[in-house]
Amino acid sequence: MNNILEMENLGVTFSTESGDVPAVRGVSLRVAPGETLALVGESGSGKSTVALAALGLLPGNARASGGVSVGGTDVVGAGEAELARLRGRTASMVFQEPATALDPLTRIGRQIAEVVRNHRDVSRQEAAAEAVELLRRVGIPDPERRASAFPFQLSGGQRQRVVIAMAIANSPGLLVADEPTTALDVTVQAEILDLLRALAVDSGTGVLLVTHNMGVVADFADRVAVMLEGEIVETGTVEDVLLRPTHEYTRRLLEAVPRLTVSEPVGVVHEESEGAPVVELRGVGVRFGRGPRAVRALDDVSLTVRAGETVGLVGESGSGKSTAARVALGLVAPESGDVSLFGADLRKARGRARRTLLAGVGVVLQDPVASLDARMSVGECVAEPLRVHRSGMGAAERRERVAEVLELVRLPRELARRGPRELSGGQRQRVSLARALVLAPRLLVADEPTSALDVSVQRTVLEVIAELQSELGFACLFVSHDLAVVQQFAGRVVVMRGGRVEEQGPTMSTLLHPETAYTRRLIAAVPIPDPVLQRERRERRVASGTEAGA
Amino acid sequence: MSVQSAGRWGLVAQFPAPLKARFARNKLAVAGLLVVILFFLFCFLGPLLYSTDQTHTDLTQVNLSPSGAHWLGTDAVGHDELGRLMYGGKVSLLVGLAAGVLATVIGTLWGSIAGYAGGWVDAVMMRVVDAGIAIPALFILLVVSAITTPGVPGLIVILGLVSWLVPSRLVRAETLTLKRRDYVLTLRAIGGSHGRAIARHILPNSVSTIVVAATFQVADAILLVAYVSYLGLGVQPPATDWGGMLSAGLTAAYSGRWWLIVPPGLAIILVVCAFNAIGDGLRDAFDVKGRG
Repeated sequence: MNNILEMENLGVTFSTESGDVPAVRGVSLRVAPGETLALVGESGSGKSTVALAALGLLPGNARASGGVSVGGTDVVGAGEAELARLRGRTASMVFQEPATALDPLTRIGRQIAEVVRNHRDVSRQEAAAEAVELLRRVGIPDPERRASAFPFQLSGGQRQRVVIAMAIANSPGLLVADEPTTALDVTVQAEILDLLRALAVDSGTGVLLVTHNMGVVADFADRVAVMLEGEIVETGTVEDVLLRPTHEYTRRLLEAVPRLTVSEPVGVVHEESEGAPVVELRGVGVRFGRGPRAVRALDDVSLTVRAGETVGLVGESGSGKSTAARVALGLVAPESGDVSLFGADLRKARGRARRTLLAGVGVVLQDPVASLDARMSVGECVAEPLRVHRSGMGAAERRERVAEVLELVRLPRELARRGPRELSGGQRQRVSLARALVLAPRLLVADEPTSALDVSVQRTVLEVIAELQSELGFACLFVSHDLAVVQQFAGRVVVMRGGRVEEQGPTMSTLLHPETAYTRRLIAAVPIPDPVLQRERRERRVASGTEAGA
Repeated sequence: MSVQSAGRWGLVAQFPAPLKARFARNKLAVAGLLVVILFFLFCFLGPLLYSTDQTHTDLTQVNLSPSGAHWLGTDAVGHDELGRLMYGGKVSLLVGLAAGVLATVIGTLWGSIAGYAGGWVDAVMMRVVDAGIAIPALFILLVVSAITTPGVPGLIVILGLVSWLVPSRLVRAETLTLKRRDYVLTLRAIGGSHGRAIARHILPNSVSTIVVAATFQVADAILLVAYVSYLGLGVQPPATDWGGMLSAGLTAAYSGRWWLIVPPGLAIILVVCAFNAIGDGLRDAFDVKGRG
């Protein structure tokens, strides 16, 4: 057997204040050199724990049983010195967040050279030269100069490239990548995946890829292992698992994944809304900070949301999509341009008039934890808008309204007495939605309402929003980085880039026949959870990339 | 049960169990709590069991050493020393507690408004705090006490007014992070007022910081009262407090009458240490809250 990673009946138990919690049970898997095994599952499935166990990196309160062998060395029960020799040499790791994986005060060239010198007896100069070579290999332009840059001088994608350079510095046989592209924008994700694939193929490195994103799996993996509640429920080649799943859970998981439609659908016609504008931004500019260091967050942004329609606001991080939503809510005052909400000028409205205007708006924000005040009960959270705008309402009537709206978002009315801490992420987001809808608003602003949720949960939340919208008829401004979600959910789409509107139009025609190169690039970069189709898309993308580069 | 009271109860029901358990794990903090409770019982209920005359001097009974009639002896004007310890302790504890609470209340309001408002309001308010911290509290305290010769309420106000600066900084820092939370943004986006945001979200969520700060403030205030009275600028005879007793007993120390200074000295040390231990225990108990 010359598998680089072998796990035999791995079990991991965490001892906590409330007793022992088994996190992983009976996991057996193997990774051959040059092969990529993707470990997929939803949060809490134990996939990251398996990845950490592979390198003996489990936290102190964890106990591992069974066998884990990396390149012939037994990891379970190995001493710290032995593990230190192993890590970074035989096997190395790429973490999710490149911003925290690098030492902010050390030049990147030195950080890479340090990894080299940790394991091999080379001189400082040789190590430095090797670091430059590694930077070139991971595609950092002008590596001689960039080696003396600090991490903060690099973009997120470049930082992840540096992390990868460190990981491959000693040509490890095994690379463990835990959600390596989750913190990155989709175009950057595509580049990083291309890089990892090229490295794995060139050097015969085995890759254990941990991810929740089926598109990434389809793009990158040879084999897939699906985890559910600490156990592997299905293993197979990427084609078998993604196209012909046998386990019930895998099937449900794949069904819930929002798919970007890349070919013309049949019979789907989104009618253009002719309703009156609910919110309108005209030539809005926003600048954060003052003087020469000011950042232009929005530049001449115009968009309209009409009664009853859903407008998807998409773009990569820093594109200004959240800022635009906040301008529409009156949370950010624009420097130039006009904002009208329900036909009134939001910038001129003061006091009572402004409060009356804002009573027609509901808001759902991204973070399910930070959205609800943990010191209040669910009922109090939902009742808050009533207390602000319907102060004459009696306690009994308010309680009844809260119960009604909780049922509207498919939560039991008894939940009103619970604390937000007792709820799951999906339930919390539905409570946020209930709070947003308690005043029967004419406009719902949802800023990435599902991006912190697992796909199956995301689907329920989106379904609830869509059904309530057709029932109650509110307009919706839907901010998201996920093109597939927006495609399913929005009638019209506004693509933003660098604080400007890149293009806008009806969702289907805009996303199928984009007019600008940027939108085309954005769409091409979205990995879709079909390995055959994705391979074609990737080849086309890489080909067009080299063409553009040549 | 109304929705509101359900939430109130929810709040009460959510925290005591784990908080109490975490506090109870800190043995020093529990001991501190016990010491503080015992001292309160001693000072406020003690006189009912051990009745003494603390207003009239009795020159036939001066400077007696501890005996069956006077367990801790008597002082230079014939007051029973054990009774005096209770009598002075009332003032020390009352002033310390009230001044600590007053300082915390002022500091909380000041800090939360500054942190929430931000911008130039924050800048001006916090420069006032910086300026206040630059002047030693003891110095202000002595000057004001010397000019006004305050009674108990006066002492409370003065102490409260010189020691709110540190809590205001703590609460401001807490407010800065809390005001960016999504639930505050959501409230603002639907037209909720600033006052509501502070009262309903920011203050309740800073309660751990505030309670811990208050505990340390009480300890500091008890110490400050002792300073002032020791220098003869606190409550005036025949009223007294532990600091005043120390000052009165100082000359006696050289003639071997230890019972005039050891008991009040020990009382001050014990109570101040106890409050600090409670503060430490509370801080640890509250800190782990974020883990849940």
